[in-house]
Amino acid sequence: MARAMGLALMNENAWRRSVNHTCRRRVTLPCGRYGTMLASALALLLSQAHPFDDVARVLLHPRCVNCHPAGEAPLQTDASRPHHQNVTRRIEALGTRCTACHLPNAPQGPGLPPSAAEWKMPRADLPLVFQGRTPAQLCHQLKDPAQNGNLTPEAMLEHLTHDPRVVWSFAPGPGRALPPLTHARFLEVFSAWLQLGQPCPTEAPQAPQTKRPPNTPRQR
Amino acid sequence: MKLSRRALIKSGVAVGGGLAVAVWLTTERGKGSAELFAPNAYVRVPSSGPIRVVVGRVEMGQGTATATAMLLAEELEVDPATLVLELADADRAYDNPTLGFQLTGGSSSTVTSWEPVRHAGAAARELLKEAAARRWGVTRAELTAKLGEVLHPPTNRVARYGELVADAATITIHTPKLKAAKDFSVIGKPLPRVDAVEKTNGAAVFGLDVQVPGALVAVLARCPVMGGAVKSLDDAAAKAMPGVTHVVRVPQGVAVVAKTYWHARQAASALVVEWDEGPLATFSSATLRDTHRTLMQDASKRTRVRDDGKADEVLTASATALSAEYFAPFLAHAPMEPQNATAHVTATRCEVWAPTQGPGLAREVAARVTGLPIDQVVIHQTFLGGGFGRRIGQDYVAEAVEVSKAIGAPVKVVWSREDDLRHSFYRPAATHALTASLEGGEVKAWRHHVCTQSVMLQVLDSFLSGLAPKLPTSVKQGVADVAKKVVPGRDATSYEGADSVAYEVPHLAVDFTRHEPPVPTGFWRSVGHSHTAFATESFVDECAWALGRDPVALRRAMLTKRPKHLAVLERVTEAAGWSTPPPEGRARGVAVHECFGTVVACVVEVGLVDDAIRVHRVVLAADCGQVVNPDMVRAQLEGGAIFGLSAALKQRVTFEQGRVQQSNFHDFPPLRLHESPRIEAFVMTSDAPPSGIGEPAVPVMAPAVANAVYALTKKRLRALPLELSEAT
Amino acid sequence: MISFTLNGRPTEVDAPPAMPLLWVLRDVLHLTGTKFGCGMALCGACTVHLEGSAVRSCITPVSAVEGKAVTTIEGLAPSEAPHPCQRAWVELSVPQCGYCQSGQLMSAAALLAVKPEPTDDDIDAAMSGNLCRCGTYPRIRDAIHRAALLAQGGRP
Repeated sequence: MARAMGLALMNENAWRRSVNHTCRRRVTLPCGRYGTMLASALALLLSQAHPFDDVARVLLHPRCVNCHPAGEAPLQTDASRPHHQNVTRRIEALGTRCTACHLPNAPQGPGLPPSAAEWKMPRADLPLVFQGRTPAQLCHQLKDPAQNGNLTPEAMLEHLTHDPRVVWSFAPGPGRALPPLTHARFLEVFSAWLQLGQPCPTEAPQAPQTKRPPNTPRQR
Repeated sequence: MKLSRRALIKSGVAVGGGLAVAVWLTTERGKGSAELFAPNAYVRVPSSGPIRVVVGRVEMGQGTATATAMLLAEELEVDPATLVLELADADRAYDNPTLGFQLTGGSSSTVTSWEPVRHAGAAARELLKEAAARRWGVTRAELTAKLGEVLHPPTNRVARYGELVADAATITIHTPKLKAAKDFSVIGKPLPRVDAVEKTNGAAVFGLDVQVPGALVAVLARCPVMGGAVKSLDDAAAKAMPGVTHVVRVPQGVAVVAKTYWHARQAASALVVEWDEGPLATFSSATLRDTHRTLMQDASKRTRVRDDGKADEVLTASATALSAEYFAPFLAHAPMEPQNATAHVTATRCEVWAPTQGPGLAREVAARVTGLPIDQVVIHQTFLGGGFGRRIGQDYVAEAVEVSKAIGAPVKVVWSREDDLRHSFYRPAATHALTASLEGGEVKAWRHHVCTQSVMLQVLDSFLSGLAPKLPTSVKQGVADVAKKVVPGRDATSYEGADSVAYEVPHLAVDFTRHEPPVPTGFWRSVGHSHTAFATESFVDECAWALGRDPVALRRAMLTKRPKHLAVLERVTEAAGWSTPPPEGRARGVAVHECFGTVVACVVEVGLVDDAIRVHRVVLAADCGQVVNPDMVRAQLEGGAIFGLSAALKQRVTFEQGRVQQSNFHDFPPLRLHESPRIEAFVMTSDAPPSGIGEPAVPVMAPAVANAVYALTKKRLRALPLELSEAT
Repeated sequence: MISFTLNGRPTEVDAPPAMPLLWVLRDVLHLTGTKFGCGMALCGACTVHLEGSAVRSCITPVSAVEGKAVTTIEGLAPSEAPHPCQRAWVELSVPQCGYCQSGQLMSAAALLAVKPEPTDDDIDAAMSGNLCRCGTYPRIRDAIHRAALLAQGGRP
């Protein structure tokens, strides 16, 4: 219910800001909310690429995958290796929050913990796994309310536009690789994919980018 | 260096009242010299309050404070928990009798305090008994001492030690005999650490915690290439930063002095410095192994350091030679407490507070920097937040003294972790080439060629700086002993463990080639053994597999004249269940090695977690002679094992254009708790004198793991740290 | 001025808002039980409790504790009644050099506060942010189990 209310109150101004920002960068396209979406969708249709390809390239990048792992442990670095400190989702119930190290306004740099407000993983009951997914799997997962946290397309767009952790991941500072698209361009392709009715690739056009298999249960 | 049985005792009135007892042992080198007045142990029994014992070795975690208390309590007949330990200031009185310096290292603390401290306790006890005997008009033989009191059982008279000290201080007695081992009531017991309470409530004072009134904090901007110097400096912005009091140039770089570490660190990043990078700037470690290989081909650069039988001939003729090459990288010590020192230099005095393994060396360094006579320099010891050999170097002491001298105020120099990893003394990288002839199911010949950098050559300078103008004979002799190890082309610490390999092979040769890249090197826990044992214990395992023999069985067959080796091997293989299959998905590996007089054997159980090597279980056994505190020995075995595993699995220091590539614990990672194995540590019983225990668990870890990985995966890992992706 | 509660006492410090809590504790308030090890939240030596939860004071700007309760090793328990972890640490001779142990104890105490009977897996999860170069991990594990017993009135 709260989620639905949130949707209804979706911040129109914030949306417009991001879209206008996009338009300034791509001046050949007509401006305005629907203009951008339509133009991007059209561009996608005219190209050889599947509308979800660019979305997948970003979501399967370490900056996204590291917080959307297959196992209980968040991943670290451009190599998406398990968290050095053996952090798992459970740590919040063991006296140490993610924000013990990942806190806003902390110093930033290579080796330092990423810093944004309310650093945390997806909930255990809605893990939103990106790690190890093919683009096709990822696409179907995003469309399935049972697997996507019961998010409407608009709510997904809201998360991808404003969540401080997502914002951070497109500007992670020195020592961390950038996702293949800018935040603004990513929002364009994501919006275009939504506009086209969320079409999914039938088979994986590329291998999953994450090298590691899903975390095996830790042994002693 | 053997200590003779003869103890000399001096007793008298302690400063502030009470009985003082100083004991020193004659050493072979000092025998007959007039310069023996250097007590190796010092005890003060006051008329009231706790008995104080001055600890001459530093406490860096190895438990020397606890061991000292126990040794004293055994003879003095007091509860060790009631003793108060004082860390000795720098004083020739506390020179390490095996080294001739006041230094804690070489796993020598218990070795060197084993007799003197007990003598001090016995002397104090007998003096107190004699005082009571005279007071009561009885003979000393009728009296007993127990729990801080002298008793006369026939008359039930009792006197507390404190009541007797004034009289005791005026008495002279003959040196009393020490208790026989069978009469020990404290030694050999697993008593809790005496420093545990203050190390669990925040009260323990480490170097970084020293509070000197009015002291400022300094950080240094250092050349990214060690050994470089300032070419130009613009400090205007830094000086304008809040809290900053001084920016001064010192030989080590640019010191930014401020009211707190944070203010100093912030300002240091505002300095604009251009550096002259110096000779290290051309060095990259990526090609080091190739350089080693090339040098090792050059017979003129090779020194044979052991030559049994006719190894070369046999190997040349052998149709079944097995060869392998191993590599160990540079390593940093990375003690948890970053380097630091506090100094207060005035025109007539220099006072230093520092976590140092060599207070005597620190004193000489401070005297040299200030130009003050040695007796105007005072070094105060603190607890050390880890040592591992790093704090034998006195570079951070020199910096604090330089900065205090420059600004004329007390100052604490604090290193960052990045400073610590990038401006250290490193365990040298080493390449080992081994060849064996395998015939008739046995190793018939063995040749081991070590190529590495000298530690001693660089450290010698630091040792020599420990020499006062008037050298006591023992010190001169100590330096000569050190120097002997560094005859041209040779430094025994480079190949120790390789030349002393315990296996009986009819034809055995060990060669050494020295290569000196401009990298600062230093003692790293277990020194040369840390890499030589990786080579010897991996290679003997390779021989076993090549011969189709069980790795333990082959070792046993080659150690028939080494009862200590056989006993520790027996202990670990039995405890680890060597003859039974390991749990599903795991394999076992074994290693045995002797260093610092102690033999350690180890069996590890290894599996794979997330495609990486995970050590699940470690079984260790050590024969280190008589044991003062078996729990403390076990702690050193556990800690040594984890220190060794960190290096075996995770750590390397690399150089690119003279710059150390690692900077903090994310890229120089020690093992963490979840990666740490179950450890079972066994201490063998022995009536031999104590031998070292702080270091000997380290060398066996890497080969034991590599051997287990081979058993598990059939991949032989020959480079440290062990990485499955690097398998050859 | 930044006001917070430190070990139960109202405390005011005059420090730049971005100054890490660690250096405020050590260099301004001269409370040196909390240690500096890495400055990057990698080693845990600087661990303190913020509102009862373990945090790394080396990267926590002091402004983040405004109005909140901070506990350091000095305030973990009164000396006459040590925390069960402190008792267990002494009993099992956990410390070697001891430098990291303030942080270890603060993490362990935070764990026990929410999980009175932690499993080995819980300990591995909660304690792996704290490095120990002396290798006291096996004893830390044992001591946490021991402290759990002591806290429940187990035989000392």
